[in-house]
Amino acid sequence: MTQLAEHERVEVNPELEERAEKDKARRGLLTALPAYVYLIAFFAIPLVLVFVFSFASRSRTGTPVLADWNLDSWARLFDPLVAGLAWRSLWLAVVNTLLCLLIGYPFAYWIATRRAGTTRNLLLILVLIPFWSNFLVRTYAWRTLLDVDGFVTQFGEATGLWGQLLFSLPAVFIGLLYGYLPFMVLPLYAAIERIDWSLVDAARDLYATGGDAFRKVTLPLSRPGIVAGSILVFIPSLGAYVTPDILGGPNTTLIGEYIVTQFGAARNWPFGAALSSAILIVMLIATIYYFRSGGRTL
Amino acid sequence: MRRIALIAALLGLVVAACAGDVEGDVQAAADACEAGEVDGDLNLYNWTEYIPYGSIAEEFEVDDLIAKFEEEHSVEVTLTEYESNEAMLQQVEAGGAPYDLVVPSDYMVSLMADSNLLVSLNKDALTNLGNLDPTFTGLPFDPNGDFSVPYQWGTTGIGFSYEVIDDTEGISWGILFDPAQRGDYAGQISMLDDSREALGAALKYLGYSLNTTSQEELDAAAQLISDTTADLATFSSAGYEDLLVEGTTVVAHGWNGDFFAAYDGASTDEYDAYEDFGFAVPDEGGVVWVDTMAIPTTAESPCTAHAFIDFILDAENGATLTNYNYYASPNAAAEEFIYPEILEDTAIYPSQELFDDGSLEFLEDLGDFSTNYEDAFVQAKS
Amino acid sequence: MNLSEGTATRGLVEKLLTINGWAVFLFLYVPISIVMIFSFSDHPNVGIWGGFTLDWYDRMLGNDQLMRALRNSVIVGLVSTFVSTILGTAAAIALERYRRWIGKRPFDALLYLPVIIPDVTMAVMLLIWFAQLNFRFGLTTILLSHIAFNISFVAIVVRARLANMDDSLEEAAADLYAGRWQTFRRVTLPLIWPGVIGGALLALTLSLDDVVITSLVQGPGATTLPVYVFGLIRRSVTPEINAVSTVMLVASMLLVLMSLGFQRRAETRE
Repeated sequence: MTQLAEHERVEVNPELEERAEKDKARRGLLTALPAYVYLIAFFAIPLVLVFVFSFASRSRTGTPVLADWNLDSWARLFDPLVAGLAWRSLWLAVVNTLLCLLIGYPFAYWIATRRAGTTRNLLLILVLIPFWSNFLVRTYAWRTLLDVDGFVTQFGEATGLWGQLLFSLPAVFIGLLYGYLPFMVLPLYAAIERIDWSLVDAARDLYATGGDAFRKVTLPLSRPGIVAGSILVFIPSLGAYVTPDILGGPNTTLIGEYIVTQFGAARNWPFGAALSSAILIVMLIATIYYFRSGGRTL
Repeated sequence: MRRIALIAALLGLVVAACAGDVEGDVQAAADACEAGEVDGDLNLYNWTEYIPYGSIAEEFEVDDLIAKFEEEHSVEVTLTEYESNEAMLQQVEAGGAPYDLVVPSDYMVSLMADSNLLVSLNKDALTNLGNLDPTFTGLPFDPNGDFSVPYQWGTTGIGFSYEVIDDTEGISWGILFDPAQRGDYAGQISMLDDSREALGAALKYLGYSLNTTSQEELDAAAQLISDTTADLATFSSAGYEDLLVEGTTVVAHGWNGDFFAAYDGASTDEYDAYEDFGFAVPDEGGVVWVDTMAIPTTAESPCTAHAFIDFILDAENGATLTNYNYYASPNAAAEEFIYPEILEDTAIYPSQELFDDGSLEFLEDLGDFSTNYEDAFVQAKS
Repeated sequence: MNLSEGTATRGLVEKLLTINGWAVFLFLYVPISIVMIFSFSDHPNVGIWGGFTLDWYDRMLGNDQLMRALRNSVIVGLVSTFVSTILGTAAAIALERYRRWIGKRPFDALLYLPVIIPDVTMAVMLLIWFAQLNFRFGLTTILLSHIAFNISFVAIVVRARLANMDDSLEEAAADLYAGRWQTFRRVTLPLIWPGVIGGALLALTLSLDDVVITSLVQGPGATTLPVYVFGLIRRSVTPEINAVSTVMLVASMLLVLMSLGFQRRAETRE
């Protein structure tokens, strides 16, 4: 609201003003109402339902039976097998995020420090294209490259560096890195681009070395981008399903696939519900931490 | 915030309490069906590559059965495919998908029937039932044929490249399970993504019955699979035969028909895939399975479904199936129209002895114990 | 002040950054280029070149199931984008332009959930919900699901645009006795239009990309393109998939260029 100068302030009737405020509040609610109702109906309620079902027992065909409420499904979360899977998924997501950061930061920095104008715009377009392309197709690309006749396999065999990588953990890593790198680059670019470089110049003027200037000025200023990018990569990596399914083998089962299996072959909906709830709680904690540590809106 | 969460929770519980219902109508409708009657379009839910249609039928030079049925009965057929019984069960169970006809395997039929998911068939509407070979009536999983009609049957075994396996003396499941044997081609093996099949193979290798209800034996089999997992390329129930033919794998656990269809497909005028690839049922024995046609209680066109079953039971149509997917037909009348090479192939039509001496076993429904198999397999795979 | 001449880095660091830059571009583009190239290869094994052919595209066009899946994808994409853009824009306006109203805080939180929730969890909860309601699984359930997650993404984009916008123009319009709807239509909407389009494009992309959620809530004959392709990939790898992939890649490239063109025009008009 623009501030009125002292001499421009007008006497306002407090009653009218209150009514106007209430009116505005009502309108606000009405504007949001369609979206609100929709999200409650198709998001909030289903979410609650999942949580409720995680305490149900299991029919012979696996669907939840709303009787004999128990903690069996939750207890199973502590099963060594599940813990192992969860750990593997977590570790994979963290490493993937770090890799994306290590590769993505210099890349985003490089683009942000190009000459503004055609060069930078062109580079941006070139980054946007993979970002907007279908994720499945990009994963499929590696499926063919790592296959028995694929280029990567042929190269590896010719140089003796590696054999067939398909259906193994390294393949999943490559696929995840490839899939999510653009998700890291774009927020990083946005944050770095906004940096006021005069601050860096000032640091230099104060006899800071290039490295110091980077560490003490640029890096902290780009922090919102780092956090946003990390979240955009970490969350999907943790729940990854498509990439491990296409590129991974039986040894690389991750929590995403394991959850979907509960609703298919494993026929154990309550357990699947418990797993889904657990993974959501982890995400919530991570996000709350992000907001608490001063992150702004994504 | 709390208020809204409470309201949401209450609403959730309220709706959760309203369970699904109304299958009685479908049964009544089915009972009233007459032979050849149709009551709407057909939603067919079948295994991948199990029925010839469109360009695939052209490629294999057989009748397009879907088009043929559509023409004969003036209805539209929507075909959706699945890769495992469990995937099919999940869809039917969820109740939201109104399939008229599904193709469950033996043990799945009794599971579904016990869970009241299948309609009792109206035998009056199935005029071609007499075409079935008597061996395939009165099968353990559906003694009176109340819920299912056999579709195709076959055996499970191992498809392999002659480069690594020599089958002149027969083969053993050890090709998969014996670390010493599989060392040569570790990482190039695939197994079926099917709990009963995979555990069944392990059980046979260990000398047990594949219908055992002993937790000990099951655990031993699961352990075997878990140990094998490290050397597997993948678990796959569809496309594994292609992985074999293209060289990604050299040993594949799978169903006979799939392999032969793939070998035939890979053969050209100059190249005979049968010289490079083979298939055999291991000496310890294995699964003989029967896939059947059944009508779920969520069907919207039960009469059309009956008409389709009758259509498949026709001698020529039954033969077309076999000539396409290389699986054996339970239809005695169809033998007239099946390619002789297929009839004579003992890998497709195994000798009666193997049935008699018990090495080939049908999969039986194990009641509640079947969930133990599921759990064991999922654990072993991960 | 924007960096105009790359003075922040020099010498060796500059060289390393540039090498890294081009390396990353190669990494990003070579795999998808190979996919596109081999869609023209006359050999059943992807990876072995067998001469130029358009057969696989022929096959793709003749594949009824694929064409049906494509049609479903487009329908679901357009409809879900349309609905979620309207709902999401309204949500964004309610949050940014109205300071206080009942349930605003919970709504803000609720709006964030679809963004942070893992695909799998969302897929599972929608499956359970639709099963419980005995909904018929098919295009409807897919549509409802896509709208559910898209509202939030549209809202985020439009909110960002609104937050950066000076609302004094809207106040000025009110001062000039413009009605609320008039103000919205003539002032607010044109100003946030790039954000709305951006949000809509994001929603469209997410809808066309979705595999996990759609695969759990689909029904007979109602599959979408990515789910269908996913099924194909799991079974066997053929150049036909390369052909489909190439078409999808080209389509998304066009989409990017179109959206950038839009933004450029919107900006010059400002």
